[in-house]
Amino acid sequence: MNALLQVEDLTVKLPVAGELRTVLRDVSFSLDRGSTLGLVGESGSGKSMTVRTVARLLPDGADVRGGVRFDGADVFDLRADALRSYRAKDVAMIFQDARAYTNPVRTIGDFLTEAMRVNDRMPKAAARKRAQELLAEVGIGDPERRLRQYPHELSGGLLQRVMIAAAVAARPRLILADEPTTALDVTTQAEVMAILRRMQREYGMAMLFITHDLELAGAVCDETIVLYAGQVMERQASVRLHEDPLHPYTAALVRARPEIDRRVDRLPAISGHPTTAYEAPDGCAFAPRCSFAQDDCLAGVPPLLRIGPGQTRCVQMPDLRGQLMPQSQPQPQPQPQSQPQSQPQSQPYVGSATNEEAQR
Amino acid sequence: MSTTATAVRRTGARKAGRRATRGTSGIGTTGWVAIVLLGLVVCGALLAPLLSPQGPNAVDLSGAYQGSSGAHLLGTDASGRDLLSRLFHGSRTALIGPFLVVAVSTLLGTVLALAAVWFGGWFDQLVVRVVDAVFAFPGLLLAILATALFGSGLPAAVVALSVAYVPYIARIVRSAALRERNLPYIAALQVQGVHGLRIALGHILPNVGGLIVANATLAFGFALMDLAGLSFIGLGVQPPTSDWGAMVGTGMAGVLQQHPQEALFASALIVITVGAVNMLGDRLTERWEARS
Repeated sequence: MNALLQVEDLTVKLPVAGELRTVLRDVSFSLDRGSTLGLVGESGSGKSMTVRTVARLLPDGADVRGGVRFDGADVFDLRADALRSYRAKDVAMIFQDARAYTNPVRTIGDFLTEAMRVNDRMPKAAARKRAQELLAEVGIGDPERRLRQYPHELSGGLLQRVMIAAAVAARPRLILADEPTTALDVTTQAEVMAILRRMQREYGMAMLFITHDLELAGAVCDETIVLYAGQVMERQASVRLHEDPLHPYTAALVRARPEIDRRVDRLPAISGHPTTAYEAPDGCAFAPRCSFAQDDCLAGVPPLLRIGPGQTRCVQMPDLRGQLMPQSQPQPQPQPQSQPQSQPQSQPYVGSATNEEAQR
Repeated sequence: MSTTATAVRRTGARKAGRRATRGTSGIGTTGWVAIVLLGLVVCGALLAPLLSPQGPNAVDLSGAYQGSSGAHLLGTDASGRDLLSRLFHGSRTALIGPFLVVAVSTLLGTVLALAAVWFGGWFDQLVVRVVDAVFAFPGLLLAILATALFGSGLPAAVVALSVAYVPYIARIVRSAALRERNLPYIAALQVQGVHGLRIALGHILPNVGGLIVANATLAFGFALMDLAGLSFIGLGVQPPTSDWGAMVGTGMAGVLQQHPQEALFASALIVITVGAVNMLGDRLTERWEARS
């Protein structure tokens, strides 16, 4: 196979308070040149960790098993120089909070030209000229003035465009976008996404796109992976995610969104709280919150099953397929009996799982 | 958003020159008083040969312990040497010693701290342990030990104090640099393929620079006291070279004979200089703390 990025059985453990905690479990996927793969899931599901692992941006003491191959080369085998060149030329990253990811005491010009001057040994004037071109490309007017400004003088949307400009500056083959639009308001979001898409097409870059937004994933990504508790729950073409989810978790996520053409008093939320990988039960990680869960769901970690065009980690899937989403639109959704008070799905996770932890 | 506020504060110092939107020079009146006092002392040291009415070592045994007069503005010491001239020349040794101590220890401490933070892991642990171990020795004790080994005099004392002051700087810089290193923008630089050395020197160092300057200033005051102390007990600057600390020491005899000028003037200068340095150091530290 000739995939650009190949992640195989990736298991990552991070040291937390003296013990190694699993944050990713057996994550496998591949990404072809020029295509876009979405990563969706709740906070703590391992989206960012996956992307950081690809860039090899892990904290000290991280335990990594499995492989990340970029263009055939194992990223974790790269020596310092090769790693720097991989980061400089092959991958670029766009972060959620552009402001935190820029040095506040350096100007936009310093920020944009630093990599060019260090990695490509470009003379200062040439680098500034290139930086101006890049700013113009991402639709920033008066680039000369912008280069002299500091990050705090730019709005979030503008700064995110600067980040995009910096990311595409070296014409990388892979863009890692970690919720690039989450911190922006909706109209800015659309603009920034449009620019990102255009740059991606122009330069023929592949993209690993993290988002909370299933609609956005559907619009932007060729395929989408749904992560839960550090595991791949489902993978299939993004356009099919909504009408034919292959995992009860995806179905629950899809149902939990508001829709513009339907009035509801209360959105169906997923009961319980998001589980992190290290406190996941022995069987299916989603089983405790799943309204379709049966005894055999907890008998060992379910394998990734191939179903039609996609993959799922739900053992019930062969029977459940097609029943997950309400078929007739106007009817109220089937609400499982076990669903208690509605909980906002995006509620920050606050580690209230000491019991489960103790049992393990 | 708090990050925005921090950004504004951080850039404030740099912006102030270009655009006087905020009064972020921020060291206050006391800071400026301290700077003026220190400026006077430094000028005195630099211009000592011009300002001194006589040679610092011009002995006039018949004119010992004179009071203030036209010929000797501050009087003379036990050997009839002009006190004013000796104080001017003494400020040179009194300032150059601490300056060297601070320069060496700040450089070493900062390099160690940045390296420890950047490489992390066992290297960081090693640096922390060694620094803690050295920290356990009082600087003065180390200096006395060094003079015992290498003989009395300024060089041995300066070397010993330089080593003794490294932990002081290294610990503070390490903790600040560690915080800086874990900020997201460092990850962004890494993922752009910027060399670690460049990140450490070009990004982390400037962002903790204010703290380093503040602590180097405070260390200067301590070093001046320590070196003056060593000279006072006769282990530092050796006679006949004039030095404030040594002058307090030799002046003790005069104090008992009702001629306190030498000890008094020399101690007054030590007190004023150290006081000013500490005042400035405190202001600088406060300014640094206000930004983070």
